[in-house]
Amino acid sequence: MIKVENIKKSFGKVEVLQGISCNFLPGKTNLIIGRSGAGKTVLLKILVGLFTPTAGKVWYNDTDFFQLNKAQRRAIRMDVGMLFQGSALFDSLTVEQNIRFPLDMFTNKTKKEKLMRVNDCLARVNLDGSNDKFPSEISGGMQKRVGIARSIVLEPKYLFCDEPNSGLDPKTSIVIDELIKSITIENNITTVINTHDMNSVMEIGDNIALLYKGELVWQGNKDEVLDTDNQILQDFIFASPFLQRLRSAALAK
Amino acid sequence: MYWKETMRQMNDIGIGSLVIVGIISIFIGAVTAVQFSYQLQGGFIPDYYIGYIVRDSTIIEMAPTITCLVLAGKVGSNMAAEIGGMRQKEHIDAMEIMGVNTAAYLILPKLIAAVVVIPMLVFLAAFVSIIGGYLASVPTGIITDTDYVRGLRSFFDSYNIFMMFVKAVVFAFLLTSISCYQGYYVKGGSIELGQASTQAVVLSDILILFADYLIALLLTS
Repeated sequence: MIKVENIKKSFGKVEVLQGISCNFLPGKTNLIIGRSGAGKTVLLKILVGLFTPTAGKVWYNDTDFFQLNKAQRRAIRMDVGMLFQGSALFDSLTVEQNIRFPLDMFTNKTKKEKLMRVNDCLARVNLDGSNDKFPSEISGGMQKRVGIARSIVLEPKYLFCDEPNSGLDPKTSIVIDELIKSITIENNITTVINTHDMNSVMEIGDNIALLYKGELVWQGNKDEVLDTDNQILQDFIFASPFLQRLRSAALAK
Repeated sequence: MYWKETMRQMNDIGIGSLVIVGIISIFIGAVTAVQFSYQLQGGFIPDYYIGYIVRDSTIIEMAPTITCLVLAGKVGSNMAAEIGGMRQKEHIDAMEIMGVNTAAYLILPKLIAAVVVIPMLVFLAAFVSIIGGYLASVPTGIITDTDYVRGLRSFFDSYNIFMMFVKAVVFAFLLTSISCYQGYYVKGGSIELGQASTQAVVLSDILILFADYLIALLLTS
């Protein structure tokens, strides 16, 4: 489990996060949602240690992450996988080399064992046989799937996804969502997803935290979204008249 | 992984720079020989001094300094752009989150490779430069083959070779560390990446020249 305690973050005089406290649960897809500029990415980068908070604590189980030295943080990061918004695949390496990179860095496996693990991961994301392609030769959705494969190759306990559906068509988005959800359940991973994709919220939102202007204004799950009387959440989720009509119809049923 | 990356860098820096270093060196030797022969015309200094002057000026100054100034432009800007590009495309963040010590993984192999390979390139530059001097002065009739070789063999002091290698190692360290630093800490977009690359070359060149002066002071006093 990841526990966040009163996290604050300022850039100069701008206070981006104003005391966020929440829990991210294992075996669940935990979503951080909010409008652009709400502080989602900053919170996610604090969770993985790319930003240091101005105040507050991040607990990985019983370990206060920001009290650790660099070497200790690296040890925790071995248990962390991350899918970046732009996939962040190494563009000079093939798909296979990208996924094998963490294995080369941190394991003593033989070439054959590494290849087997890479192929397992590729099969898991339905990209069998794409080993020798370069990131520039595959579609955005495939790049995301390679990113997922790379992030799970070391069997992490924590998986972070920054806008996994951005730039993808609705069908591919659903594939990515389902993939993340099933990997989370299979491996009992604590998955934290930063998104503003409404479909993700309604399909895989086991534990949702809504940020608004740097504050946590609502927390619940996908089933509670429809019934909420939180105006900020309603305005965010059901932003268009079409979605408002859908919600009314669903509530009427 | 570190070993493999170091080997890759050695290949990029060493083999990748052979042609440019060779071309520059041959002209350094040629120009030095021609200009000294012009300055020595009509004087009392024997012709064979041309070989001696080409050899020593090349070994002490031209080969290490000019080669490293050129490499700061070729290799340094490449390093700054490569690491800076990785920073901007979140590759470095991705590695950090995997638990990779990115400074060690991205910079150390480049530093080791440069410190090992650049002195070799400088040695080669000195050798090619002396050949350049020969080609520019002997076939053109400025001096005889015997005089040039006699000059090369006169007043040889192996300490000059030591000085050349000291310079090469220091310059290699400077150009690599400055370029990697500029790339690693780049912020912003493609304009800033271009600026970082330029800054890497300019700073490297300035510090190489400053270090050249310091080493000359320290090792010749």
